Amino acid sequence: MSTTDHALPLAEPARQSWGLLAEYLTVPELLAAAEKVRNAGYRRWDCHTPFPVHGLNDAMGLKPTILPWLVLGAGITGGSIGMGLQWFTNAFDYPFIIGGKPFFSVPACIPVAFELTILFAAVTALLGMLVLNNLPEWYHALFRSKQFRRATADRFFISIEAIDPLYSPEATREFLKLTGSSHVELIEEEAD
Amino acid sequence: MATMPLKNTMIDNTVEDPRQRAPLVLGNHDFTTVTETICRIPEASRPPQAWYIAFAVSSTLTLMLGCMVVYLISTGVGVWNLNNPVGWGWDITNFVFWVGIGHAGTLISAILFLFRQKWRTSINRFAEAMTIFAVVCAGIFPGIHVGRVWLAYWLAPIPNQMQMWPNFRSPLLWDVFAVSTYATVSLLFWYMGMIPDLATLRDRARTKIRQFAYGLLALGWRGSNRQWLRYERAYLLLAALATPLVLSVHSVVSFDFAVSQLPGWHTTIFPPYFVAGAIFSGFAMVVTLMVPAREFFGLKELVTPRHLENMAKIMLATGCMVGYAYSIEFFTAWYSGNVYERFIFMARAMGPYSWAYWTMVCCNILTPQLFWFKKCRTNPWILFAASIFINIGMWFERFVIIVSSLATDFLPGSWGAYAPSWVEICTFIGSFGLFFTLFLLFVRFLPMMAMAEVKSVMPQALHKQGEHQGLGDYWGDMPRGHEHKPGGHDVHH
Repeated sequence: MSTTDHALPLAEPARQSWGLLAEYLTVPELLAAAEKVRNAGYRRWDCHTPFPVHGLNDAMGLKPTILPWLVLGAGITGGSIGMGLQWFTNAFDYPFIIGGKPFFSVPACIPVAFELTILFAAVTALLGMLVLNNLPEWYHALFRSKQFRRATADRFFISIEAIDPLYSPEATREFLKLTGSSHVELIEEEAD
Repeated sequence: MATMPLKNTMIDNTVEDPRQRAPLVLGNHDFTTVTETICRIPEASRPPQAWYIAFAVSSTLTLMLGCMVVYLISTGVGVWNLNNPVGWGWDITNFVFWVGIGHAGTLISAILFLFRQKWRTSINRFAEAMTIFAVVCAGIFPGIHVGRVWLAYWLAPIPNQMQMWPNFRSPLLWDVFAVSTYATVSLLFWYMGMIPDLATLRDRARTKIRQFAYGLLALGWRGSNRQWLRYERAYLLLAALATPLVLSVHSVVSFDFAVSQLPGWHTTIFPPYFVAGAIFSGFAMVVTLMVPAREFFGLKELVTPRHLENMAKIMLATGCMVGYAYSIEFFTAWYSGNVYERFIFMARAMGPYSWAYWTMVCCNILTPQLFWFKKCRTNPWILFAASIFINIGMWFERFVIIVSSLATDFLPGSWGAYAPSWVEICTFIGSFGLFFTLFLLFVRFLPMMAMAEVKSVMPQALHKQGEHQGLGDYWGDMPRGHEHKPGGHDVHH
């Protein structure tokens, strides 16, 4: 970032702290630390890993997601639309005889209804996952950290947000160091 | 667990040792080097020279495809040699061929995932990309063979000028729904699997353009475990949805034939027979693409001999299923006592298209028998050659089914003959150009392997050494939900 190109120096935007980011080198270290953070009672915290770590959901104490129920609902909707569409178009709105086949019969309608079941459910699985995960979210305070770029490659992180009721700049930092973190970093964001 | 350092470059991971699982990643790899190995391919400032040569050839062929399609549409379907009675020729043969190729990608990404086959992680991204590009090629043929392509919207459930709706009692319309759903779901599955890897490329990007492009596609993914939880669930659900979908798609394609009255088509064996053939041909295409790719891009430690051997075993199994289907077709024709049915099968083996029939039998039944021998399963170049023969054989299978039944049906007075015109031949060759062009762009700009998944099957992904007797359990981390320990009440959707 160069501010010297301009004749007038730009005013530094006001910063406020977003939270702390602690780095871990291995999976066992991360799991042990996550259990400690959970047991300490933090709520607004998260782990960041390059791949889904087996056992981390339990270590963090996460509850299951409602996504499967959304997908079930979408599947039922898709199947009903598939059946309804075929009945409405070929048996109700404009019935016409083709090869002496019945206007509406369930076996002949299965393929289209099945495909629409899958289509609706699959689109909901992806979109539901994104919406529940609050994605896309192209800006995030954590992206300000250079070290955090390794979270998608080969390092493991725990972040604790400043809005957590238990958060204190010094005590939380000390606590994270005690969990075995190799590096604890303060993350700042621009003040609203 | 053995305390030997991970010096397993020398290990032959095709050896079955019941005491320990064979490693799926060879060499002294850790998370850093796996990221590096895979990312350096799309990050290279220029691809290898072979890439440019291949791209020049394939994009020229794609151009030829475009010219053929324009010529067809501007002149009419008469430029093809289709006739009465042979109204389906190379066009529908190519359509079934390409759709079938796609099926291995979904099998690897969805079915092997549900069966917890961890070796899939090195090849699934690659195979899913192949699925999408094959479906793109497949979609062209029914699209252009209808004659008046500008009326293709008649396929959609929109009333025409007489207020009539499409006929949902026809398997051809089922096919429209099946193939378009398949294309959509394959694309979603492929993209979703790629989000974490696109984030890796974003975080490593040096130039503004790359940061922007990968950043846009990665949707702001930051590897958060709260996100991984829902991501894994969504992945499992998509796999569970794609599994019956892939089986239904080729079943519906086979209905295009089986629901008609034509001898040689009107048979209940078609759906499983077509699905087995599709998987057989699709795996052959994965091998055809993977053997050179692992060679050129230095991926031999990630796509190991064990991966190749497993694919060979699947080709052996599905090849035998296809061979069984060929023989049971003859048995059914004889046992039915139906003269037309009996005639068509004798005509296939000894009639005007017998050369195509015996090409099919040699390629599809004899070639996979090589895979009874371990040497042939683990030698990449034998595997590569065999996969080419299987691709050829599976194309001929569709040709034999479609053309022989149409050419010699019930009445000798209505028999006909068919040979392709130069336009049909060039269109088919051009479709390979399109397929390889898309593939070359994929390996150039996108992560060719699912890095996150490969990392999760490495021994370092375990909680504690030895805890799981083997490998990490990607996607296996189901939210159990009942084991909440004190302190863990999170607000969670």
